[in-house]
Amino acid sequence: MSQLIWNGLFVGSFYALVALGYSMVYGIIKLLNFAHGDLYMLGAFSGFAMLGAMGGLVKSSSLVALFVVLILTMVATGLSGVVIERVAYRPLRGAPRLSLLITAVGASFALEYGTRIVAGPNPKVYQVRLDGTALHVLGALITWQQLALMAVSIVLMVALNLLITRTRQGRAMRAIALDPKACLLMGIDVDKVISRTFFIGSALAGAAGVMAGGYYGKIDFLMGFIIGLKAFTAAVIGGIGNIPGTMLGGLLLGLLESFGTHFVGGQWRDVFAFGFLILFLTVRPTGLLGERVTERV
Amino acid sequence: MSAGKGATVQDPPVKPVKGRGPTFVTRFLESRHLGWAGLAIGLLAPFVIATPYAMDVMTSAVVFVMLAVGLNIVVGYCGLLDLGYAAFFAVGAYTSGVLSTELKIPLLATVPAVIVVTVLAGVIIGGPTLRLRSDYLAIVTLGFGEIIRITANNLSITGGPSGIYGIPGLFGDATSSQVVFYYAVLLIVAAAVLLAARLGRSRIGRAWRFVREDEDAAEAMGINTYKVKLAAYIAGAIWGGLAGVLFAAQLSAISPASFTFLQSALVLMAVVLGGMGSTPGVVLGAIVISLLPEVLRGLADYRFFAFGVLLIIVMIARPQGLWPHRSRER
Amino acid sequence: MLEVEDLRLSFGGVLAVDGLSFGVGAGEIVSVIGPNGAGKTSAFNCVTGFYKPTAGRIRIDGADVTGRRPSLIASRGVSRTFQNLRVFGEMSVLDNVRAGTHLWLRQRVVDALLHTPRYRRSEREGTEEAHKWLDFVGLRGDRAGLVRNLPYGEQRRVEIARALARRPKLLLLDEPAAGLNHGEKAELLDLIRRIRDLGIAIALIEHDMGLVMEVSDRVVVLNFGREIADGPPEQVRADPAVIEAYLGRDADEAEIEAAREEVGGARGE
Repeated sequence: MSQLIWNGLFVGSFYALVALGYSMVYGIIKLLNFAHGDLYMLGAFSGFAMLGAMGGLVKSSSLVALFVVLILTMVATGLSGVVIERVAYRPLRGAPRLSLLITAVGASFALEYGTRIVAGPNPKVYQVRLDGTALHVLGALITWQQLALMAVSIVLMVALNLLITRTRQGRAMRAIALDPKACLLMGIDVDKVISRTFFIGSALAGAAGVMAGGYYGKIDFLMGFIIGLKAFTAAVIGGIGNIPGTMLGGLLLGLLESFGTHFVGGQWRDVFAFGFLILFLTVRPTGLLGERVTERV
Repeated sequence: MSAGKGATVQDPPVKPVKGRGPTFVTRFLESRHLGWAGLAIGLLAPFVIATPYAMDVMTSAVVFVMLAVGLNIVVGYCGLLDLGYAAFFAVGAYTSGVLSTELKIPLLATVPAVIVVTVLAGVIIGGPTLRLRSDYLAIVTLGFGEIIRITANNLSITGGPSGIYGIPGLFGDATSSQVVFYYAVLLIVAAAVLLAARLGRSRIGRAWRFVREDEDAAEAMGINTYKVKLAAYIAGAIWGGLAGVLFAAQLSAISPASFTFLQSALVLMAVVLGGMGSTPGVVLGAIVISLLPEVLRGLADYRFFAFGVLLIIVMIARPQGLWPHRSRER
Repeated sequence: MLEVEDLRLSFGGVLAVDGLSFGVGAGEIVSVIGPNGAGKTSAFNCVTGFYKPTAGRIRIDGADVTGRRPSLIASRGVSRTFQNLRVFGEMSVLDNVRAGTHLWLRQRVVDALLHTPRYRRSEREGTEEAHKWLDFVGLRGDRAGLVRNLPYGEQRRVEIARALARRPKLLLLDEPAAGLNHGEKAELLDLIRRIRDLGIAIALIEHDMGLVMEVSDRVVVLNFGREIADGPPEQVRADPAVIEAYLGRDADEAEIEAAREEVGGARGE
């Protein structure tokens, strides 16, 4: 029982980390960034490449190496997110929503198969594998590595929340989410804030990618597809566009899956999660913490 | 960098204005004889090349045309993004495959059941989600596509990962000649294309376009946008399901690997590339997309990457597609 | 024809409409006026089903339609135009007007698939109807081309023609004169009268006082979501509450006189 809860929370913190980028971008420009899951994949691969470049250094102190790689990867995926926004989404701002969604699918495709061209079609195995001693807490088996990864996730999420609620940057983001035109008139550089949002969201996804690589050990160019869908599900459960809601949604989805897997069987895990997505959209489309909005005609 | 800064928020999409008058070529391209010309090309193709391999490729292309035309109803006419279209393809293929092998009946006899099942699937998935904002639909359909694929992978009646084999041909015997089968498929698909085009030019077809253009204004004119969207979704489901029957007949074996997101994305690519809402455009787009791998055999790795980039470029530079829908009336 | 009873609408605590009651009789032209933000468009959106009112009743021909979806209300014989012009820009002018025929055009899917005589007949009928209403509103310009290629004033006409092709009993016009020049306004005035002569009741939101005073049978004045006057134009024009609403409480004599001029200025035109 407590093992199930722990597993759920652990996986859920990954979902939450990826879902945050989804949610932030959606909150600000109302775009479902299909390429977001692929930034997670990109993070895993760039982490893989960096670890490879560091070579022997890695062996001696794997956790430190992974931490350095984590930071560098976040910068790299963050910049990729900015580039994608600049090249694929910005020219279409104000265009019909359908065009934007299709572009996002295109961006996702380009990232996946671009990675495939560079890294090859076969899965890669991380040089660093985080497995180690386990400790028993309330009957659950918890490894130190899991604890470390979860701590990183939590630190990142808390930092993000502070950024959004306490800083000028965060205020600008929230303002743009409400009314981009008014922000323009108020002298806020909307383009710059949107770029930053993409940077932060993508960096978080990249971080999750590296951590997943280090934890699960195996990565491939399509790994972002399912996690992207899961992240979206998490965002919807919590209330898309709502930051604390999204974190909650991620954890909840992790728990649901953990229990679902236990009771229905692992092969039905994804069916279970997406079934929940559809159920949630039907019953409460605004999510647990989302607000009801009356759309103006 | 700073040139268009800010202004981009409000700028309407840039669409090129067509200033040219009707030339002979454009008049032909818009004439109703075009469909006959296309059918003639399809009918004559086996006289040019009829190797078993070529027949196989051509048959696949024609089936793909049917898929694209079906998705065009949903995406092109009604403006709803369906990213799990392969799910209906799968539902159709599996329904006919399971029924024909279990009951030992010809595939054609399963068509009524296929229609019932795909309509049901359309209602189940479209019913709850079509009330929501359209971008939610996109991702829910994506999830639905996965659900169907995983389900097929895990059930015993669908044969699990290895799928179903030994599916009889359209008329009961799997041994009929490839050329005959090609002609049968061609005629069925031609009819499907014609019917889809006719739907587009009718009261319901116009309603779909009104919904795509402006849901509020459509509602104000008495169009129940929810029902109309559901109708488009169901129509798309039927076309996709029937394409699945043809697919099962062609391969006589189906497995979950044929119904991935990649398949859905390729159909979407054909619709977008050809021109959303434009029947000739979509048919052409489907043929191009399905024949491209044959032409660019050595570049398989780059193909999907190029597709992705192409999607972005088309949306930015030419959102109406290569062969746009004729919005002027004669 | 239309009865609105004690209508209330709030957006997260802000009362956009606060206890509004008014009616439109058959063949009547009723204008709804008031300062910006008085709740006119919100009230229209409630009547046509785009907003769900927080409280109150809306009846059409005696049947309660409160909170029903817009298409159902349209099917009861109500048609509308939008404040910020909502035409189907990427479709032809004729197709735009055909949208109005959706509710009454007799054509089933089977007819369309098989191109039955009924399909041909109904398509012909729809096209004729579209041309008829485009003639009626006096559209100048290409009917086969895209709407977005027409000048603004002509697009407004297309929107009105579309609403008329619905064959409504009640037509709601939301600021039809906005953005029109002097000549176009005069034509609009004439058009509104001709619509009324067809026996169609009209509810009109308009800021152009000249037009309102000239054309209306009755004027309803809103301020802060509340109705402050309801009566024939002459009576409303002289109502001190109306003048105050447009000017504020502290207006001095000269300003009131100026306002009177503005509100009443229509007479000369």
